[in-house]
Amino acid sequence: MMKKIFLLFVFGSIILGCSSSDSSDDTPPTPPTTSFQRSELLINWADNIIIPSYEAFQTSLSSLQTAFDNFNTTADEANLIALRNAWRDAYFAWQRVSMFEIGPAENVDYRLNINIYPADVTQIQQNITSGNADLSLPSNRDAKGFPALDYLINGLAADDTAIVARFNDGAAGINLLNYTGSLIADMVTLTNGVLQEWTGNFRDSFVANDGSSATASVDRYVNDYILYYERFLRAGKVGIPAGVFSASLNPQNLEAFYKGDISNQLCLEALDAVQDFFNGISFNSTTNGIGLDDYLNTLGVESGGQQLSSLINNQYNTARNMINGLDSFQEELQNSPPVQLLLAYDELQRIVPLIKVDMLSALNINVDFQDADGD
Amino acid sequence: MSRLYPYTEKQIKAAPLAVFRILFGILMLISIIRFWSYGWIDKLYIQPKYFFSYYGFEWVKPLGHFTYIIFIICGLSAIFVALGFKYRIAIISFFLSFTYIELMDKTTYLNHYYFISLLSFLMIFLPANAYYSIDALQREDKRFQFIPKWTIDSVKLLLGIVYFYAGLAKLNSDWLFKAMPLKIWLPSKFDVPVLGDYFHLEWIHYAFSWGGAIYDLTIPFLLLYRRTRWLAFSLVVFFHVITRVLFPIGMFPYIMIFSTLVFFDVKLHEKILSYLSGIIKTDKRKFDNGKYYPSLNNTTSKIKYGFISLFFAIQILMPFRYLLYPGELFWTEEGFRFSWRVMLIEKAGYAQFKIVDGETGKWFYVDNTDFLTRFQEKQMATQSDFILQYAKYLEKHFSKQGHKNIEIYVDSYVTLNGRLSTTYIDPNTDLTKQKESFRHKNWIVPFKDEIKGF
Repeated sequence: MMKKIFLLFVFGSIILGCSSSDSSDDTPPTPPTTSFQRSELLINWADNIIIPSYEAFQTSLSSLQTAFDNFNTTADEANLIALRNAWRDAYFAWQRVSMFEIGPAENVDYRLNINIYPADVTQIQQNITSGNADLSLPSNRDAKGFPALDYLINGLAADDTAIVARFNDGAAGINLLNYTGSLIADMVTLTNGVLQEWTGNFRDSFVANDGSSATASVDRYVNDYILYYERFLRAGKVGIPAGVFSASLNPQNLEAFYKGDISNQLCLEALDAVQDFFNGISFNSTTNGIGLDDYLNTLGVESGGQQLSSLINNQYNTARNMINGLDSFQEELQNSPPVQLLLAYDELQRIVPLIKVDMLSALNINVDFQDADGD
Repeated sequence: MSRLYPYTEKQIKAAPLAVFRILFGILMLISIIRFWSYGWIDKLYIQPKYFFSYYGFEWVKPLGHFTYIIFIICGLSAIFVALGFKYRIAIISFFLSFTYIELMDKTTYLNHYYFISLLSFLMIFLPANAYYSIDALQREDKRFQFIPKWTIDSVKLLLGIVYFYAGLAKLNSDWLFKAMPLKIWLPSKFDVPVLGDYFHLEWIHYAFSWGGAIYDLTIPFLLLYRRTRWLAFSLVVFFHVITRVLFPIGMFPYIMIFSTLVFFDVKLHEKILSYLSGIIKTDKRKFDNGKYYPSLNNTTSKIKYGFISLFFAIQILMPFRYLLYPGELFWTEEGFRFSWRVMLIEKAGYAQFKIVDGETGKWFYVDNTDFLTRFQEKQMATQSDFILQYAKYLEKHFSKQGHKNIEIYVDSYVTLNGRLSTTYIDPNTDLTKQKESFRHKNWIVPFKDEIKGF
């Protein structure tokens, strides 16, 4: 017995010994390059995706500002349409940055300040009348950002002529213009602040925090990414309006509710953004850099001969095809139950276990700092 | 029982148990302070809206802000244990407060917390204050240089059980032949100095898997034999330092390293105590009175021996209770806890609950973050007993809100050791109709693969 144990022990200590002796060599061999470098992933994220996306959004906001300035000078239908188009473009650009709620954005609750919907119309009207609303107050979050602008330029009256008339309606019209202007200014200020920090110190600390812990950039951001997908894309853009969470349809909870016909396109843009991010595709280009797909592939994560990364991409594609085939969500919601929309939701839903369960587990992403012994 | 008597009468110098008591008390105090300083009392026991009780212990709940008091009691008890002051009361109060804390929410279940509960329970019956303690200093009639040998052996036995079963649990096909879950865990530890550069290499995963299994199975024996003891202890230190670096298991490595000192000869412990005496300016010789701890043959001690034997019998059988359940243990986790299955599986899951009105068929999904912390949600999603408990809680919550004819279904996916996630709970089972019990849960979808071994 003792001899057997001893033999086992010798075997064991050789194994343990080997693994440690490698490390104590004076000149360690260069580690094989197949080890995944998280820093390269972070650099690609920061330099080729996140910062360019913010810059593009910032640009679209200044176009929005210009369009508003014109409308402010001459509130006619042509300028309203131009303003609406600028708003629409900025809303699309927003879909590329909304998921980056980390660091500077997280500090100011960027997403909640820019795009919480449905807008609170009563609050908006109060703010317009009072003329001195403090937009930095959390209580005003559902009276500003894109959804409030949506109400002001699309939902104020039945048609463009009537809307323009409201803006030209004496003191009330001036209040409206002032409030619209203050909303845009607020978005510009917030965005400038976030981008400034990214291009300042945050980019470097984000990239340098390339370790593996609950507070490391990759762990933190992947958690945020999944949260965004699950809550703000899957549930926010489709699930909640389609009544998946509430037993009744909530068309008023559609993104861009007053505009009416773009919520499906906004959803598609957001879906493209999350998939591009997954694949590490540079902003506004086809350059495929290092992404989570490469991370999974380097680790050799596969199932039944298929890489997990392709399973995820396939599911993203399936969901996109489903949504592509739909009418505007507004129209889909006129059916009760909105069968096609619910089917599309199911496809969006199928992505969740793949990224939240399989991907998180394979990458061993930490959910939280906590003692745990893996059982 | 008759064979027990000669053994129970064997006596040995008390120093090892005194050293053990002191180290135990200090480490426990540090654990409590550490836990507090991370803000975990608030985060784990005050912030959450819901707590997952152990079956049969539903009455053990956090006490709001009074929860801090339990921790204070626990920490003070640890100090008293270390000092050997009012030892019996201190160790009982430590056992009770510590166990209460652990029972408050099984989300935080850790094998080493369970180990601490067992150990402190055992220590209630050990004369750990007979030597080098304030109790012994104050009362000469409580001062003994020699104590029964079984008291120290029982600590060794408990440690041996922990290691050996932890090793046994690793003898399965995933661990040995797929190097799972280390194949997932090690590459993510790339930022460990030096070693981290090699953690993506497959042979390292296998080496760590096999090394770990062999280590756990053999270390109790290597510690028992004098000739291999120092070697064994250096392995203990090496192994636990590695696990400390790699895994978030808190104080466990230190507790194990210091606990294994109990295997060493009296001489080492006397040296430790002499050294300690030098620091705290006391005379160890005061305790060396040559007296033997009375080993009585009365009914009380017979009951005590019987009780402790029963305790160990339970410890030895407990890890095998999984055999009473059908299905793959790692998948169902029926009989998984309290069995020294430490760092054994990588499991992650996702559970979405659907609240259905049985009459109208109207339904909606639950947002888990409304009720659970992220940590709770993570634990809940992979363990069937959590899922059922949570469903029961949801049923209560929504019926209070006025919902009628509630049926609850769950869409759940679980991945185990890198297999693609599959459905975990039968999505057509109405969880409100299921009862909590120790019986097999036949609404767990059977595991699609096979894992051989213990």
